[in-house]
Amino acid sequence: MAINWFKYSAPSTFYGLAGRLVPWFAWPAALLFCIGLYVGFFVAPSDVVQGEAYRIIFIHVPASILSMFIYLIMAGYAALGLIFNTRLSAMMATALAPTGALFALISLWTGALWGKPMWGAWWVWDARLTSELILLFLYLGFIALQASIDDPRRADRAGALLAIVGSVNVPIIYFSVKWWNTLHQGSTIKFTGTSMHIAMQQAMFTMLLACWLYVIAVSLVRVRSIILERERNNQWVTELAEVKR
Amino acid sequence: MLEVCNLACSRGDHQLFDGLSFTLSAGELMQVEGANGSGKTTLLRTLCGFMQPLAGEIRWQGQDVRKLDEDFYAELVYLGHLNAIKDELSALENLRISAGLAGCAVSHQQAIAALRRMGLRGRETLAVKVLSQGQRRRVALARLLVSNAPLWILDEPLTALDVGAVSLMQELIGEHLSNQGMVIFTTHQALQVAGVATRQLALS
Amino acid sequence: MNKLSLPGLLLLVIKRDLLLAMRRRADVLTTLVFFVMVVSLFPLGIGPEQEILRKIAPGVVWVAALLASMLSLGRMFSADYLDGTLEQMLLVPQSLSMLVLGKIAAHWMLSGLPLVLIAPALGLQFDMSAQALWVLIAALLLGTPVLSMIGAIGAALTLGLRGGGVLVSLLVLPLCIPVLIFGAGAVEAVSSGMSVISHLSLLGAILMLSLVFTPWVTAQALRISME
Repeated sequence: MAINWFKYSAPSTFYGLAGRLVPWFAWPAALLFCIGLYVGFFVAPSDVVQGEAYRIIFIHVPASILSMFIYLIMAGYAALGLIFNTRLSAMMATALAPTGALFALISLWTGALWGKPMWGAWWVWDARLTSELILLFLYLGFIALQASIDDPRRADRAGALLAIVGSVNVPIIYFSVKWWNTLHQGSTIKFTGTSMHIAMQQAMFTMLLACWLYVIAVSLVRVRSIILERERNNQWVTELAEVKR
Repeated sequence: MLEVCNLACSRGDHQLFDGLSFTLSAGELMQVEGANGSGKTTLLRTLCGFMQPLAGEIRWQGQDVRKLDEDFYAELVYLGHLNAIKDELSALENLRISAGLAGCAVSHQQAIAALRRMGLRGRETLAVKVLSQGQRRRVALARLLVSNAPLWILDEPLTALDVGAVSLMQELIGEHLSNQGMVIFTTHQALQVAGVATRQLALS
Repeated sequence: MNKLSLPGLLLLVIKRDLLLAMRRRADVLTTLVFFVMVVSLFPLGIGPEQEILRKIAPGVVWVAALLASMLSLGRMFSADYLDGTLEQMLLVPQSLSMLVLGKIAAHWMLSGLPLVLIAPALGLQFDMSAQALWVLIAALLLGTPVLSMIGAIGAALTLGLRGGGVLVSLLVLPLCIPVLIFGAGAVEAVSSGMSVISHLSLLGAILMLSLVFTPWVTAQALRISME
């Protein structure tokens, strides 16, 4: 059956669709968070080398993975918006940015918390931590640029161009930071991935899935507010039940 | 020939006009009329491709200007509210550089001749910052003389000009039209070109 | 009237920007003085031990160059934007990318090249060896044009925005990190007796890549900002 995807790319249609979808992502996310945290903190055994401190990875690793992944998704939406001139994809990019920045921040924070017992220092110029910090800067630049442009159309397009330039740059930055790190013999977090206990793996994947669902839910909520804000002068908005109230 | 079909433009959230259609053929003069804020400047800027219209199409010699892109720019001269001249440079340098940016190399003699025609004799090599507002506008208008583009898009060309300069402009536009040129402009002053009927385009 | 060729346009834009800069020389000098001052502040903050100074010199010079080039970015398009020249530039019938390349080249000659020329003098303040100084010059020659090019994108995107100066640094600095790493790395490598070829060739690769893409991206950014 052929679905007319463009029908859903109209903000007025997507607003309702997103509203119906949010609970379907939000509740499973909450449930999986509970399961993942329970398994991670109570079921998974202590690590032989790192003791109990390693348990922070159940938050740290999903946050790091998603912070990078969200940037790519954001740049993808931005590119779609720029090429096909679809307003909704630009709004999605705007909606994803704060969540991406949040995950980058969580990843840095938990990285620091993990670093203290492991290396005895809150911050170590490890290649991955440094890349994550730069990624946070990229997110902040995107958010700051969009926030300082009043005209939404220009904000969308300028942000999109920046996100695309940033995503082309991310591999170069990552490579250069890694190169810099090896030259300076910095320490690198090593986790014995092969010997991971099955319960650890389960907790990790559950948390990853939970974070993923959370990202979808929260960005749908945010895109709904952006749609309302942008389309406030349109008739369909004034006819909405929640607006009339 | 410039054709505009069903054009709709907005500024920010606010839709200025829609369903605007007109054609402008060689030798025609068109004045865009409307109150402040009716979208005259927006229309002219959209014609230049600075802004994308919400809907509609602009065609030059039958082709969409978005496809023509840079080939279309070679066919037009745009004169905006701002003079686009540098205070630090002399009138002569300004004219030669802006003509160069518009794609044509202008010789020293041609530039001097154009400035003299605009009534700037003796001021060709003075820094523009010592000139008056009206004289600066004349420097900007001198660009029209050294260009051979058929389409002139003029936004308030008569601002700051004295009576003599206004009649000079009328003369220049008349010459351009008789050379199969076309002119679309906005003005709050009267601009009459002898022997040519001014078409009016009203924006509400 | 004859149409101007692409190299002709490039030369015209460079000549124009240099001419304008010569008419207001103070702008060029402020960037240079800022660079010299920032570099000279470090020994005051860190202490005069030559061993430490020699070690931090490449990083200090590069970070100062990065900051100095950020300072001058605001000027790249804003004057043309304010007096309407930029509108005329968007209507250039040859190629906006080429015009932008000309403006970038002029910006580099006015803000990057002076830094390259004065850097050896600053290197002497930090007791750098002659060999390290040559590598520093080579790395700066390859790296500072990239700073101007990436900076041009930021300058074009933030055109006419409030707080544009700070914002442009926020956008551009993270993107310049690879240049900083390879540029300072090259000088460090020669100081510790390693080969500098890999650093310099990576810098060269980044320069080539930027040369191909950034003028076009900047041209798009200008069109977005002028709407």
